Amino acid sequence: MINKGSKILLEVKNLRAEIAGVAGVEILKGVDLTVRAGEVHAIMGINGSGKSTFSKVLAGHPDYAVTGGSAMFEGKDLFSLAPEERARAGIFLAFQYPVEIPGVSNSALLRLAYNTMQTERGLEELDPLEFDDLIQEKIKVVEMDPSFLGRSVNEGFSGGEKKRNEILQMAVLEPKLAILDETDSGLDIDALRIVAKGVNSLLSSDNAVVMVTHYQRLLNYIVPDYVHVMDGGRIVRTGGKELALELEARGYDWLRAAA
Amino acid sequence: MSTALHNLVNQPYKHGFVTDIETEVVPKGLSEAVIRLISKKKSEPEWLLEFRLSAYRHWLTMEEPAWANVSYPKIDFQDIIYFAQPKPKKQLASMDEVDPELRRTFEKLGVPLHEQKMMTGVAVDVIFDSVSVTTTYKAKLAEVGIIFCSFSEAVHEYPELVKQYLGSVVPSGDNFYAALNSAVFTDGSFCFIPKGTKCPMDLSTYFRINTEGSGQFERTLIIAEEGASVCYLEGCTAPQFDTNQLHAAVVELVALDNADIKYSTVQNWYAGDENGKGGIFNFVTKRGLCKGVNSKISWTQVETGSAITWKYPSCVLLGDNSIGEFYSVALTNHMQQADTGTKMIHVGKNTRSKIIAKGISAGRSNNSYRGLVKVGSRATGARNYSQCDSMLIGDRCVANTFPTIDVQNTTATIEHEASTSKIGEDQMFFFAQRGIGSEEAISMIINGFCKDVFVHLPMEFAVEATKLLGLKLEGSVG
Repeated sequence: MINKGSKILLEVKNLRAEIAGVAGVEILKGVDLTVRAGEVHAIMGINGSGKSTFSKVLAGHPDYAVTGGSAMFEGKDLFSLAPEERARAGIFLAFQYPVEIPGVSNSALLRLAYNTMQTERGLEELDPLEFDDLIQEKIKVVEMDPSFLGRSVNEGFSGGEKKRNEILQMAVLEPKLAILDETDSGLDIDALRIVAKGVNSLLSSDNAVVMVTHYQRLLNYIVPDYVHVMDGGRIVRTGGKELALELEARGYDWLRAAA
Repeated sequence: MSTALHNLVNQPYKHGFVTDIETEVVPKGLSEAVIRLISKKKSEPEWLLEFRLSAYRHWLTMEEPAWANVSYPKIDFQDIIYFAQPKPKKQLASMDEVDPELRRTFEKLGVPLHEQKMMTGVAVDVIFDSVSVTTTYKAKLAEVGIIFCSFSEAVHEYPELVKQYLGSVVPSGDNFYAALNSAVFTDGSFCFIPKGTKCPMDLSTYFRINTEGSGQFERTLIIAEEGASVCYLEGCTAPQFDTNQLHAAVVELVALDNADIKYSTVQNWYAGDENGKGGIFNFVTKRGLCKGVNSKISWTQVETGSAITWKYPSCVLLGDNSIGEFYSVALTNHMQQADTGTKMIHVGKNTRSKIIAKGISAGRSNNSYRGLVKVGSRATGARNYSQCDSMLIGDRCVANTFPTIDVQNTTATIEHEASTSKIGEDQMFFFAQRGIGSEEAISMIINGFCKDVFVHLPMEFAVEATKLLGLKLEGSVG
């Protein structure tokens, strides 16, 4: 929900980035974005426009090097923080391709991550029994069977189960800013509905969501306040949710020509 | 790789110090004269000298094995000290008479020699270079008829038992290194659990190589009579030298009817430096004989040290319904090479075996699993289950598996599963993105990977093994 008076969570100015170790191949060429508490943003664009790179750069993925610009998160310089520090500060990235971690159970990972966050917030850690009470509630958000908790992280999960597992992690960690990197890709309509319901239930006036997506379809379920179109490593157009419908009807070419 | 990670990779080996103690050594080199000298120094009976000499003569005719997937410069067997012992050597009446310098050494290693300070309920035989320094809880064990002492002592006190079982599982000419050991072994542990006795505490041997240029050739013999059971632990460390040192041990286990032997090792010899300079060559023959019906032998090993590991703790399942188990974690980092695994030889009816082997390779290391499951023609109803998993860390290491299955009885059931996984940058980034730092992430992944093996370790060892793996691997991702 747009509320110009609410506080700014993320402010990105003229962000430039390239692939680490490959100097001169710039992927982000000056991205500007401001996200306030309570807002939902969608970033759309064709393949290779820089959407996924943008989300990974914000989270601190080692494949990319920032070459210019700034990103402030609640007044802190994001680029001076290590990836785990950004996570602890409240930035959550739901991965496009969630990795499998054989041998590490879902519940053990969730508890370690949760307790790390509790420590960061100056709160008590939970023991396995207390945590089990919490997780049994959270798992309802994504309509997952509790048996998933005992299984290795993402191992043998279907595409849809992996994405639901990402949202479960989001539900447990309660981030201030959640970046969903193509969370809708590869989901059937039921899984999409569950994922969207999960995200919606977590939205509040204190947090915000940035969704990177190819398709307007997701935006029927999670309604954005802003839609940004990315092209050539820049945001070339910003509008309301109707912009997504227009893109659906007309494609991207008219914007690219204009840019 | 970040500076912090880089520093962690170069974590020094904690046990690399040298004890400054006067040592009596037999000059380098191997000959009949040296063997006679060792035997004389130990005041051995004639039959044992004969055992040594026949092994030596056999060894002279043997070729160093070249089939293992490891490479190293040719070992000059004339450039090794075959006998080194701390001076002065006299009969110790109590623990307090142990040289204070030695006592401090073992305290530094976390193996205090005072019984009061020992890990509760564990009896320890401590081997320093070529000789046993002391054995704790001997008297208490003797009350229930258990013999636990150094090998040398057993030769003098219980010659008939030693004579009966020495070489009965690993014959003196079994292989190149076993023959060498049989010729020059200097000490080791001897353990005898009489009929129907459950050993009331864990027995343990701690091996320490101290003298530069010396080899360690120890011999362990464990016998569990009918219905007896014992849990045995072995730990090892060595100082940090630039030269390679040879460790060629022989371990023989014998389980009679309904007996049960559980043998656990946490091996942390010095592995050499980042560039592969120095370190221990660990060429060890370990074999258990399930001689009686319903007997069981279980090997659990965590191999983290050694420049080169060549080791296949095996079970010969002779008695009907006998059981053999092998649980292994082998970790190699930097330039380490490991070729390790097991052999399960099914001879008796309805014999069962289980193999769980986990290999972790990091740095530029080479880690191979080699295994043999053999079912003889009379082993009706034999069953084996094997699982071999490899984990790669970084992109310059190598993992191999060489499983061999040889079945000569149609009623046998053999299962083999294998997997390979990799700790990649993506996994580490995933953990970081969930707020979890790299050290915790690696420890979580490794513990998850190894848990099927760690559950079989005694409690203290499991804790130590977890810490050890974490320490060995810190910073190898990034």
